[in-house]
Amino acid sequence: MTAPPAMAGLLIRDRPEQTADKHMFKVSSDGIFKTVLTAVGVLILLLLAGIFVTLVVDSLPAMKASGFGFFTGTTWDPVFKVYGSLVFLVGTLLTSFLALALSLPFSLAIAIFLGEYFREGIVSSFLKSAIELMAGIPSVIFGMWGLFVLVPLVRQVETQFGVVPYGIGILTAALILAVMIIPYSASISSDVVNLVPADLKEAALSLGATRYEMIKKVVLPSARSGIFAGVLLSLGRAIGETMAVTMVIGNANILPTSIFSPANTMASIIANEFAEATDAVYVSCLIEIGLLLMMVTLVISLIGRYIMYRMKT
Amino acid sequence: MSTSNIQLRIVKDRLFLALVVLLSFAMIVPLLLIIFHIVKNGIAVISWEFLTTLPRPMGETGGGIVNALAGTMMLIVLASLIAIPLGVLAGIYLVEQKKGAIATGVRLCMEVLQGIPSIVIGIVAYAWVVLSMGTFSALSGSVALAIMMLPVIVRSTEETLRLVPDILREASLALGVSYSRTVLKIIVPSGITGILTGVLLAIARITGETAPLLFTAFGNPYMSLNALRPVDSLPLMIFNFATSPYPEWHAKAWGAALVLVVFVLGMNFIAKVIAKRWKVQF
Repeated sequence: MTAPPAMAGLLIRDRPEQTADKHMFKVSSDGIFKTVLTAVGVLILLLLAGIFVTLVVDSLPAMKASGFGFFTGTTWDPVFKVYGSLVFLVGTLLTSFLALALSLPFSLAIAIFLGEYFREGIVSSFLKSAIELMAGIPSVIFGMWGLFVLVPLVRQVETQFGVVPYGIGILTAALILAVMIIPYSASISSDVVNLVPADLKEAALSLGATRYEMIKKVVLPSARSGIFAGVLLSLGRAIGETMAVTMVIGNANILPTSIFSPANTMASIIANEFAEATDAVYVSCLIEIGLLLMMVTLVISLIGRYIMYRMKT
Repeated sequence: MSTSNIQLRIVKDRLFLALVVLLSFAMIVPLLLIIFHIVKNGIAVISWEFLTTLPRPMGETGGGIVNALAGTMMLIVLASLIAIPLGVLAGIYLVEQKKGAIATGVRLCMEVLQGIPSIVIGIVAYAWVVLSMGTFSALSGSVALAIMMLPVIVRSTEETLRLVPDILREASLALGVSYSRTVLKIIVPSGITGILTGVLLAIARITGETAPLLFTAFGNPYMSLNALRPVDSLPLMIFNFATSPYPEWHAKAWGAALVLVVFVLGMNFIAKVIAKRWKVQF
């Protein structure tokens, strides 16, 4: 049982110090690999920190120039260097909340349809595919369709109402936004409705409730927080949506007087004016609007995701 | 309880069901209308010339979208080169390192990154790349698009690799394979389907993105394959043509929209087919 001469040096009894060495079989490539992985992780942290830092630092000139009046001023006039962004805040809030209100009945209906009445089968997969299809269509296509198809329709409605028939405006933007955000709240809400425990539902049915009453009194209250999370996520999406809104909102830097009036949102003013902003304070003001937009969307999205995370655990 | 009360409740129940079904399918109406209009208006415009020539100035007939097609392809390739290695490695890191401050931080970062509006990412890419280079460029557009691809790729990589059973890893380590080889040659290949699906979904998502490109890639009426110069992309061209005052350009916008929709939905479909067909069973 003598080892061949070439391997003599590897026998443990010939090199007793190696038994104590726990790195005996460790290859150097492992160390490099683990370092690379950790470096990638740190790089991502730095990326996000960099995003925040860049936005804040580049907004500083605007903050110094306008102060808090930036958010309460109603005049946005870059030519005379007056920057007041209340117009855009109001425009964003109006379009987003109107879109949310318009989309809520439909996404709730889809949630109940997919989570309660038709949980599986052809009809269910058909509707699910349709929802995925809608979520996949790029927003510039929604905007273009809104511009060419929806705007003339709204114009006709406005002539019926006796209002100035712009066609474009807050109502059109809210309509397009509502169609775009339905898939998000619908899919989250339908998952939540699906997960309501069967024994709760059966208890209600066994006490004589009709299916409608069971849904109203048991399923919906039980799924309430999940539906709220879906609503928050779709609200965050609506606030940050840029292209479709820019194409149909009319790009007027005025405080909207009615839902038929053209307006501007935070995202659309950046989309419209960033590439042509001339002086440094102008650009910085737009970046500050971008910072505010990001903070608002982030807070809403994170609250929504936190609620969903709490529900899963 | 009187019988009329029961009947009223039953009627309400039926009405509710009808309402739910009606509202659910009402959502399909806009979808069908959009697809109908795109196909109807787009088919009329698409031709071989449309797909292979440059856009002509107003007043001249003909012209096409080839610079936008080439630009989109270039942006996708560059963005993928940046995002895929970074995203897959980050996903591997999250699976190998389940706890720890950095791992939790990376997960949180991906959640946050998904919630940031795309135009804000465009602003960041402008500040980082355009201002440093002094010019709009395809590179800055790719950086913005790569940042948007990251959350999708990282999440799908992590979910896929998490499903790989520990037995594979333990068997490989027991046979003496080094740790890095185990991960790279055994674990990642068994999850390649999920990773590929994530990559395709990420590409489908960024192909339709316009907002970050408005002031990074900026657009270019000529054919350009230079990564350091402005470049046009399909959704950017759709935006510019659709908001222009010329009906000829509106028609071209419909054609370009048809191409874009076919590409994006095709990628989504292929991703789903791959996920189902090539599923690696354990």
